[in-house]
Amino acid sequence: VTVERFTLPNGLRVVLAPDRSAPVVGVAVVYGVGMRSEPEGRTGFAHLFEHLMFQGSANLEKLAHFRYVQGAGGSLNGSTHFDYTDYYEVLPSNALERALFLEADRMRGPRLTEENLRNQVDVVKEEIRVNVLNRPYGGFPWLKLGPVMFSRFPNAHDGYGSFGDLEAATVDDAVDFFERYYAAGNAVVSLAGDFDPAVAAKLVERHFGDVATRPAPAEVDLDEPDLEGGRHSSYVDSFAPLPAFAAAWRIPDPITDVRAYLPYVVLAEVLTDGDASRLVQRMVLKDRSATSVAGYVSLLGDPFDVLGPTAMLLQAHLPPGSGVEAPIAVVAEECAKVAEDGLVAGELERIVARINTHLLREDDTVLQRARHHAVFERQRGDAAFAAQIPVLLGEVTEAEVRSAAARLVPDRRAVIEVVTQEGGAA
Amino acid sequence: MTVTAVPALEANRELVLPPGQERTLDNGLTVIAIERRSVPLVELRLGVPFARAQLDPVYVGQAAVFGQTLFAGTESMSISEIAAALQAVGGGMSAGVDADRLVCSGNGLASGLGRMLEILADVLTGAVFPDPEVETERGRLADFIKVAQSRPTHLAGVALLKRLFGTHPYALQTAEIGDVQAVTRDDLLMLKSRQVSPVGANLVIVGDIDAGEVLDLVEAKLGAWTGEPASETLPPTPPLTPGPIVLAHRAGVVQSSLRLALPAVPRTDPAHASLQLANLIFGGYFSSRWVENIREAKGYTYSPRSAVEHSLAGSHVLLSAEVANAVTAPALLETWYELGRLAMMAPTVEELEQARQFLLGSLLLGIATQAGLAGMASNYAAYGLRLDFLTQYTAQLAAVTVDDVLAAGASFLAPAKAITVVLGDADIVGDGLAALGPVERVATGEQ
Repeated sequence: VTVERFTLPNGLRVVLAPDRSAPVVGVAVVYGVGMRSEPEGRTGFAHLFEHLMFQGSANLEKLAHFRYVQGAGGSLNGSTHFDYTDYYEVLPSNALERALFLEADRMRGPRLTEENLRNQVDVVKEEIRVNVLNRPYGGFPWLKLGPVMFSRFPNAHDGYGSFGDLEAATVDDAVDFFERYYAAGNAVVSLAGDFDPAVAAKLVERHFGDVATRPAPAEVDLDEPDLEGGRHSSYVDSFAPLPAFAAAWRIPDPITDVRAYLPYVVLAEVLTDGDASRLVQRMVLKDRSATSVAGYVSLLGDPFDVLGPTAMLLQAHLPPGSGVEAPIAVVAEECAKVAEDGLVAGELERIVARINTHLLREDDTVLQRARHHAVFERQRGDAAFAAQIPVLLGEVTEAEVRSAAARLVPDRRAVIEVVTQEGGAA
Repeated sequence: MTVTAVPALEANRELVLPPGQERTLDNGLTVIAIERRSVPLVELRLGVPFARAQLDPVYVGQAAVFGQTLFAGTESMSISEIAAALQAVGGGMSAGVDADRLVCSGNGLASGLGRMLEILADVLTGAVFPDPEVETERGRLADFIKVAQSRPTHLAGVALLKRLFGTHPYALQTAEIGDVQAVTRDDLLMLKSRQVSPVGANLVIVGDIDAGEVLDLVEAKLGAWTGEPASETLPPTPPLTPGPIVLAHRAGVVQSSLRLALPAVPRTDPAHASLQLANLIFGGYFSSRWVENIREAKGYTYSPRSAVEHSLAGSHVLLSAEVANAVTAPALLETWYELGRLAMMAPTVEELEQARQFLLGSLLLGIATQAGLAGMASNYAAYGLRLDFLTQYTAQLAAVTVDDVLAAGASFLAPAKAITVVLGDADIVGDGLAALGPVERVATGEQ
């Protein structure tokens, strides 16, 4: 896959990845703003603002954006992450220019009105009810672990937001947020799929060329000291029938220290990917101390889309009535086993082969390709990092995986525990 | 200079089907190989008829455990050895059972296709359902069911199926804990010998392959799989019988789950294209009347959904929305209003064109990936259709008029034809719903 990159005079970076094998095109616009950007008293604001970007812009009435994309046969959405927010559509390639127009129009500024704001606060509250409040394990562990693991507000707070903060949001807040973060210099436009790159470059220039020149806000260092002494916190989930826990450890910086970071990506799969993995064999199949286990890097499980500080997580749901101490000890034991005894013949190779399949499979959709390129360009200044990942993963050694496992010790561990209502009363 | 007018679309892109080949092996297995060389991977979907003619909770429990344990061991390989052997070729495979079929899904590096087929053949001919793994999976399934039953959205779906299908086998699509816990290894071996037959089964392989070579490869690896054809045929689903609003009570929930079912026709029916477009205009995509009304204008809900759902024994339009307690009855009123509008008045030409373009574009997007192609080809194959059905469907969609949409609206979307189920806290939402019509209050499963 060839990737072309250039920067417009206004600071907007552009990534083009042509692929003429199917008549479809993915368009992604990434802004370097996320849940970790929002100020105290405005939890959930980055996500709320994402909703407001769909409420109309200079030349588009409310709902027009959806109608133009879907009326061209496309699908669209946006998503808010810890460190970026993206807006994207995938369409038949005859609609490429239309998509660029729509994204450019809202990059100049969404229609921030009181009516739209109140409507979307209501919609977001329903979103939080359906995903967090009205279901078992809502927000587990991604919303629950931050405050245990981290001390600084940007890392620790609830990025979905409290209803109080959401209701307190004002149009002025939104205007300020847009001015600060939705700058051409803080954005990347990424295209993947069926287009001629020379033609696409001209179209991008035509539509985005006169977006105001505004620089990205200064990078904020979000780092904080590692845990000294483990932490353990618990909460009652009145819907949940099974106890559960997630354990997490800080890991090296995904951008500045990627070679030290990748062994954790591999280790998470060694421990939890499928029936051949360490923790599934031990806890699910042998001891039956867990109903399910999972392990991944970064709180949202997007190892290549996150900045530091971040974490590796191991979590399990447990048979009814179980305590968490014993299974947490088993996790510690299995980590120590990897650290001390290493991997068995072929284990590293098969884990890396499976990770590569997952990466290729995501890359088979032009939309995911465009989104990844955009994030890599914004966070690493290198859209072509996509092609580097399999190479770097292939260079991860057994010794590095063992060293990573040796760092997953109780003294550096944050645990969040889900207590069932019955368990809580006992 | 800033562009202020929405750019016109270029000419519509033509739907071009990827090259493929098909062969029915001597053992009765139909193999469909499709070339899509975008990434060096393959996707596999094996579909095996797996329905029962009678509503049978014991069978539903057995089928659930069966899906979880089919890859749990053979005479030559343990559960972990199977998983490791698949991983070694970048692969993974799993099985699941729905109301119609057993589906084994997998993917991996194209270079590992032969190995994946060997393992699949070993499982299909020699799965042994080891006692320890069966016991483990029973326990896990029971726990998963407990979790599912704590989700209001799941309970709402269960209540709708019960109301919609009555005594038809589709009325129960998720197993009960007691039935799962009673399943034995012998049950699973019996089920395998009775149901898992290549006769009537379809294997779809999509990816970075040569279709002709793959047909030979499958013949070599799976030719020895034999079995008697499964004999049971599903009865057609019963006609919808509208009645009072069913209010499934669940204390303490902070949202109500609205579920509506309406009649529909299969893909091959002449009215199907019109129905799909009518559903889209109503609520089948974001730019629809229902979504714009109850989400974007009123903020009642986050993610309303309406879709034409096909099963082998019948098709239905199914609606779902999770709405705040305080607006439960108003949201249902707006839903009926939007359904009724489409049943009585033709849509505008603009609404129809927008929906038509969306659907045509969705088909292009759907076949642009290996996984999309595999899913669609496998699903179509279960109904005796092939991907070339898309050509016919595209032509049908192009011909639909606003009057056709009105006819479809009247036939399929009239609120008087709907079955309505609401799962919610009856003490909070019951009075509001009673203002709309008769309400029948029922209990939900596990509390």
